[in-house]
Amino acid sequence: MDAAQALADLTEISSQIHAAALIEPDGEVAASTLADEAHGREFARAALELVRAAEGVRSLTGESLTQLEVATADGSVFVVRDGGRTIAATTSAEPTVGLVFYDLKSCLKAAADPQAEPSSGDPAESRADSAP
Amino acid sequence: MRRRLLSFLALLGGALAGFALLRRAGTRHHDRIDLYYDDGSLVSLNEIEGARLLELAKEALQAARA
Repeated sequence: MDAAQALADLTEISSQIHAAALIEPDGEVAASTLADEAHGREFARAALELVRAAEGVRSLTGESLTQLEVATADGSVFVVRDGGRTIAATTSAEPTVGLVFYDLKSCLKAAADPQAEPSSGDPAESRADSAP
Repeated sequence: MRRRLLSFLALLGGALAGFALLRRAGTRHHDRIDLYYDDGSLVSLNEIEGARLLELAKEALQAARA
């Protein structure tokens, strides 16, 4: 599935997610839900800068950062990384954290899998079917 | 008798106001930063420890709204 389709499925499935961007390992934006390319790039740049700063928190112990959430009164920022690719998303305040992480990981996986089928039917049902 | 009643009402009013203030302070939203690592560990920072990360997250939220 291509990145744009994976993001379209993500926003259809998760009403909590306001904006999202899929970012390639080189920092290029593969796809975003934002209105234009420039805003997508700006959001991706801010998200990657957030990840770099977060990596500095525990750089001496050797573990690598896989995901983060920054919760503010105005909303939350989520970032998930897998296999060099990154997905960043914003939500309203006090989202269902576990569900947002699950949806972001599924989106990353779908975008990386060329054989993945676009979702169809009831989004809640397909999410329940694929839950562990 | 009337003075006693007024004192009681004033005390009751003060107690209710205090309770409302405490309740409001208790439910105030606090900024929070959770970092997850590949070994399964989690590091949580408060708004003071993660001031720089909060600033960057607010930039990202603003960029997403633009």
